Amino acid sequence: MNAVTAPITTLTERSLLQVRNLSMRFGGLLAVDNVHFDVHRHRIFAIIGPNGAGKTTVFNCIGGFYRPTSGQVLLDDQSIHGLPSHRIARLGLVRTFQNVRLFKNMTVVENLLISQHTQLETRFLHGLFKTPKYRRAEAEALERAAFWLEKVNLLPMANREAGNLAYGQQRRLEIARCMITQPKLLMLDEPAAGLNPQETRDLDRLINELRAEHGVAVLLIEHDMSLVMGVSDEILVMEYGRPIAAGAPEQIRNDPRVIKAYLGEE
Amino acid sequence: MPKHFSEAVWVALLAGLLTVPILGIQIQVEGINVSLIGSPLPVLLAMAAVFVARLLQAPLKAVSGLAHIIQRLPRPVHWSKAYRPILLGLVIVAAVIWPFTASRGSVDIATLALIYVMLGLGLNVVVGFAGLLDLGYVAFYAVGAYGYALLSMHLGLSFWECLPLCVIMAAITGCLLGFPVLRLRGDYLAIVTLGFGEIIRLLLNNLDDLTGGPDGIGNIPKPTLFGLEFARRPSTEGGTTFHQFFGLDYSGADTIIFLYLVALAMTLLILYVINRLIRMPVGRAWEALREDEIACRSLGLNPTTIKLSAFGFGASTAGFAGAFFAARQGFINPESFTFIESAIVLAIVVLGGMGSQIGVILAAVALTALPEVARQFAEYRMLIFGLVLVLMMIWRPQGLLPATRPRLELPARAEALR
Repeated sequence: MNAVTAPITTLTERSLLQVRNLSMRFGGLLAVDNVHFDVHRHRIFAIIGPNGAGKTTVFNCIGGFYRPTSGQVLLDDQSIHGLPSHRIARLGLVRTFQNVRLFKNMTVVENLLISQHTQLETRFLHGLFKTPKYRRAEAEALERAAFWLEKVNLLPMANREAGNLAYGQQRRLEIARCMITQPKLLMLDEPAAGLNPQETRDLDRLINELRAEHGVAVLLIEHDMSLVMGVSDEILVMEYGRPIAAGAPEQIRNDPRVIKAYLGEE
Repeated sequence: MPKHFSEAVWVALLAGLLTVPILGIQIQVEGINVSLIGSPLPVLLAMAAVFVARLLQAPLKAVSGLAHIIQRLPRPVHWSKAYRPILLGLVIVAAVIWPFTASRGSVDIATLALIYVMLGLGLNVVVGFAGLLDLGYVAFYAVGAYGYALLSMHLGLSFWECLPLCVIMAAITGCLLGFPVLRLRGDYLAIVTLGFGEIIRLLLNNLDDLTGGPDGIGNIPKPTLFGLEFARRPSTEGGTTFHQFFGLDYSGADTIIFLYLVALAMTLLILYVINRLIRMPVGRAWEALREDEIACRSLGLNPTTIKLSAFGFGASTAGFAGAFFAARQGFINPESFTFIESAIVLAIVVLGGMGSQIGVILAAVALTALPEVARQFAEYRMLIFGLVLVLMMIWRPQGLLPATRPRLELPARAEALR
């Protein structure tokens, strides 16, 4: 087993997310085989690899949507292995989906209010009688929603139905919906899929901005190499469920194993 | 037209062929001899009916197409927000004044209709908003009814004291059932709740010592007005009745009007609570969960508690209505809590439009008041009921008055701020 570990970064601080020997087996198929990596605070970490390499399965294992067959996942040194997905989300690890999952019949603003549900635990009676406290909480939630809509350039769309937005807008809304929960780690599953080049450049800027201004670490799955190479600090390459290379973008670009996986042998 | 005509002829002939064995031959018994006699008339009638129906099919289709167009027309009733409270106030005032002018019988029917309105509104939260198909809803109704009957019988508590207790009891029952069951989805949930409804009914039937079994519980006291009874004579020594207190002549209608007003107040309370709930975070979460459970989980929403809250709320509404039902009837037995009641309440929700409160209210009134008004068609009640449901599913699956979501909008001010 050629387990490739991410290079030890020069940073002395503890890493935010530690994935240790993660494996996921579906019957006879070993979809994820001994994956091992660290995501550090304020870093952008990308997982790339050909289709079917098991990237999304890794996401599902980390996020609690699957129960990994073996291995450990630690967030802030705390094991999140086997926790239900909503608990993991509350610990500050949220994700977007490869095929956008918005609440399509609700307005854009409402989508952002739902993701604040866990922060908005207002008492039942307060809401029933619309007490000042309740009104204030709702107003603040709307303010936060407006802030994030501004951030992702969707403010004019605030009262549209989410399902009626253009595809790129839906992708941005999904990111805003995650960010409004104030996560520690944002996991983006192919955020550039279906975007045009201009939108992809905007996404690049947005991801950098989220990291710089909101201190979030990003774990990214992406096929768009220009985005990945430009935005990532570290890259993990997977093939057939196994990690085959890891390192900084330049290293990866020149790694013969990666070139082989993507282009085939000469 | 000729094409339709020849087609109709063919279909009629086919119908004739098929109906001969069923309608065209009669069994004649003479003494010990059994003989078959051909009787062409029923066959001819059937053929004629099929022929006409086939001819009319095309024009009928055009009409249904028209129904389609009507559906697409913009909905005309869009009261501006300023008028809404006024309109609502007028409706409430009319509903309060009405029983004093109407006949005793119709007030009684209206009270029954209000019970179904309450049940429909409660189930609407579970099925319409949270998207959980509950076929055993009547169980919680029974919990409320028996809860009141037993509490008043054994502990001597009054209706108003029992009402909150019944709500709590039904909510607890709902949560107890919901907890193991709510991880199931769709059909499975429906079947398990159906079973639960039956279990409750069988328990009521068989726990003779507690519930009186099939004999039920009688002499359940009616609600009082601040301790004033509605009766000819006070039931307790030294008690005062309503008519004595106000120096009126005794009238049986007073009781009925009072019950109606209590039901109306209860319905309005439920309406208010539901309307607040669906605009509160928990209501939004119900809807979000119905739309996409995985997305909800990824955002940290706990699906179990959210579903449980919807289920528990629906159950407590049924318990609320159940306590009133027991008080109004004065007598309950398990026969009132059969599956058909669950089915009727569900039909009310489906007919009215899932998630639409006005629709549910109208459907509840229609389904309870119409059979009472049109007594002469009583035999055909279930037939018509079924037919209406089938037609609705074809032409208007979204219900009489489809739900319009209370959309929460970002106020323009907040937009301007940025």
